[in-house]
Amino acid sequence: MNAHVNPPSVPPNAPVVALRNVHKSFGSLKVLDGVSFTVGRGEVTVLIGRSGSGKSTALRCIDRFETIDGGEIEVCGRRVDDAGLDVRALRQDVGIVFQSYNLFPHLTIEENITLAPHAVKKVPKAEARALAAKVLAQVGLEEKLHAYPEQLSGGQQQRAAIARSLAMQPKVMLFDEVTSALDPELTGEVLKVIEALAAEGMTMVLVTHEMSFARGIADQVVFMHKGKVHEAGPAGILSSPSTPELAQFVGTGF
Amino acid sequence: MGLVLDFSVVLDRWQALLDGATLTLQLAFIAVVCGAAIGVFGAIGRRGGNVLVERLCGAYVEAIRNTPLLVQIFLVYFGLSSLGLQFSAFTVAAVALTINVGAYTTEIMRAGFDSIHKGQIEAAEGLGLSRAQIYWHVIIWPGIERVYPALTSQFVLLMLASSVTSQISAEELTAVANYIQSETYRSFETYIVVALIYVALSFIMRFGFWLLGLALFPRRRRLGTPL
Amino acid sequence: MGGALNINHLLFLGHGALWTIGLSAIALVGGGSFGFLIALGRVSPSRAVRLLAATYVQLIQGTPLLVIMFLSFFGLAALGLNISPLLAAGASMTIFVAAYLGEIWRGCIEAVPKQQWEAAEGLALSRSQRMVKVILPQAIRLATPPTVGFMVQIVKNTSLASVVGFVELTRSGQIINNSLFEPFIIYSIIAVVYFSLCYPLSRLSRRLERSALQKKPALA
Ligand SMILES: Nc1ncnc2c1ncn2[C@@H]1O[C@H](COP(=O)(O)OP(=O)(O)O)[C@@H](O)[C@H]1O
Ligand SMILES: [Mg+2]
Repeated sequence: MNAHVNPPSVPPNAPVVALRNVHKSFGSLKVLDGVSFTVGRGEVTVLIGRSGSGKSTALRCIDRFETIDGGEIEVCGRRVDDAGLDVRALRQDVGIVFQSYNLFPHLTIEENITLAPHAVKKVPKAEARALAAKVLAQVGLEEKLHAYPEQLSGGQQQRAAIARSLAMQPKVMLFDEVTSALDPELTGEVLKVIEALAAEGMTMVLVTHEMSFARGIADQVVFMHKGKVHEAGPAGILSSPSTPELAQFVGTGF
Repeated sequence: MGLVLDFSVVLDRWQALLDGATLTLQLAFIAVVCGAAIGVFGAIGRRGGNVLVERLCGAYVEAIRNTPLLVQIFLVYFGLSSLGLQFSAFTVAAVALTINVGAYTTEIMRAGFDSIHKGQIEAAEGLGLSRAQIYWHVIIWPGIERVYPALTSQFVLLMLASSVTSQISAEELTAVANYIQSETYRSFETYIVVALIYVALSFIMRFGFWLLGLALFPRRRRLGTPL
Repeated sequence: MGGALNINHLLFLGHGALWTIGLSAIALVGGGSFGFLIALGRVSPSRAVRLLAATYVQLIQGTPLLVIMFLSFFGLAALGLNISPLLAAGASMTIFVAAYLGEIWRGCIEAVPKQQWEAAEGLALSRSQRMVKVILPQAIRLATPPTVGFMVQIVKNTSLASVVGFVELTRSGQIINNSLFEPFIIYSIIAVVYFSLCYPLSRLSRRLERSALQKKPALA
């Protein structure tokens, strides 16, 4: 019954997500080499960088899909690196959306969405269904309530996956290249949903390769390179990078 | 006797045949229900991460799958009685068949559970579901749906294999056949009739499992596509 | 005999085990040959042949092997055809194995990509040439792991020949037990012997299956 208990004493202006000198290796491969950044309430942080630079790993560490070897991660007042962390409580505060949607294929969209609120938060079935209708309207899929995932296009499935996360009313949302598996003409509808969430003040960390989208939405851009935060700052750094690596990455060149 | 076939003396005993067929279905029903339960737990045990449990479940599956049912039945029958436990032939038969089909079901269900993509489990973890909830909602049901045709075939084979329990005098269909042929001396006709009854029971079972599948898997009912 | 379990009993069991292997071989050869015809019948261009083969498979796969054994031993005897336990058991196993192997092999033949048929047709090969030269060599490769796997079923199912008095492993155990009355020990020994016959086949089948899966991309 500790599912709704707030973590102890969160100062009102404390960051929602903070990584401090985070280290992580897979075997002998150093993937995160002293990564630090913070995300304030209502802020949108965009992680960019080459494939293999550690963006997904950083994101997964925030939701404790990976455990870290050194440093600290704090999310919504919880120490994520604490071995005794209540992982399920953390995950109620954090919503995560994957590149491959991962909707449950045997459940309708409504069942996908109501599953966790009902099973985890013990929201009564009827209330959960009302919630499902609400979040589906938020992503523009109200008519797909009773469809199965395979009956939806990729873009619709990804929007449904976002709605599924929203139904848990998370305090922060993580997006890992959520449009990379989509045809170009379908990415727009997903990005619009994310933009609307940002406008409503949702705290978000997202990994994306859509540079113009990043420029428009980011309060903070974190450029990762070889497991380190190579450059970070407001969206403006995408137009005027101060390191040659970021310049090369955004394609302005030297 | 001679070469003139006479089915009437066999068919006259339809009441006994019906009783035997009923008992065969009862045996199959008990073994399938208990075996399915064993299969779910066995499959979880085989992939659950505890080395000792994994080994035990693996040893159970291999021991059963690599020895004949007839020998298993004798072992249960004489094993229980050497412990001083006396059960009816029906009970012994049900126990032996359950142990047998449980092993096959474990293996089939494990394949089903293993077919669930890692991303499905991570998505459920990301939503805060507990280990047990993830198993129930994301692994067990879709896993069973994937291997449902294989399970159906295995359960039909089990029903047919239950004929072997006639060897410890369970009063199922084959035992009834043995009794009828010894009374009528019409062995050929008896076994032909009984073979056809088994064929009919197989069809009935397949149909039953098809109906059950529609009830259990609404997605399949509505879309008709395999998961 | 009588008294305690001794070397003679074990020799007798060993003799039975040899007959289990022998009957398995008969079943594999007989059932394999007949099953091959069934598989060809199931994919025959003639509707009547397909129907006949399918009916055979449905009937046999819907009948317990034990009933087939009784039918060929007691049933035929009642019709005045006295056949030996070996013949009855061999025939029953052949009939039984053919239905299952035939169905397994049909699946393998149908698993050969359709383009292979079309390519062979494009080369103006006759239907039998297409089958023998193009399809079957590929189907055999697909068929090897499940066939080895089914051999485990064959070995185990020979135990049912004991009910018609054929002295294979299980029957020799029953005979020894009639004098010793140590059923639990004797059937445990028998189970171990079956296990040591079947387990290597199971392992082999799984290994073949795995290596077939790994080779798949190269084949396609
Ligand atoms: N579970 C894992 N085990 C081993 N190596 C991994 C694992 N996850 C990621 N890696 C490796 O870590 C590096 C960083 O991966 P990732 O964080 O996915 O990068 P990005 O998302 O920036 O492309 C890559 O070299 C990748 O191969
Ligand atoms: Mg990535």
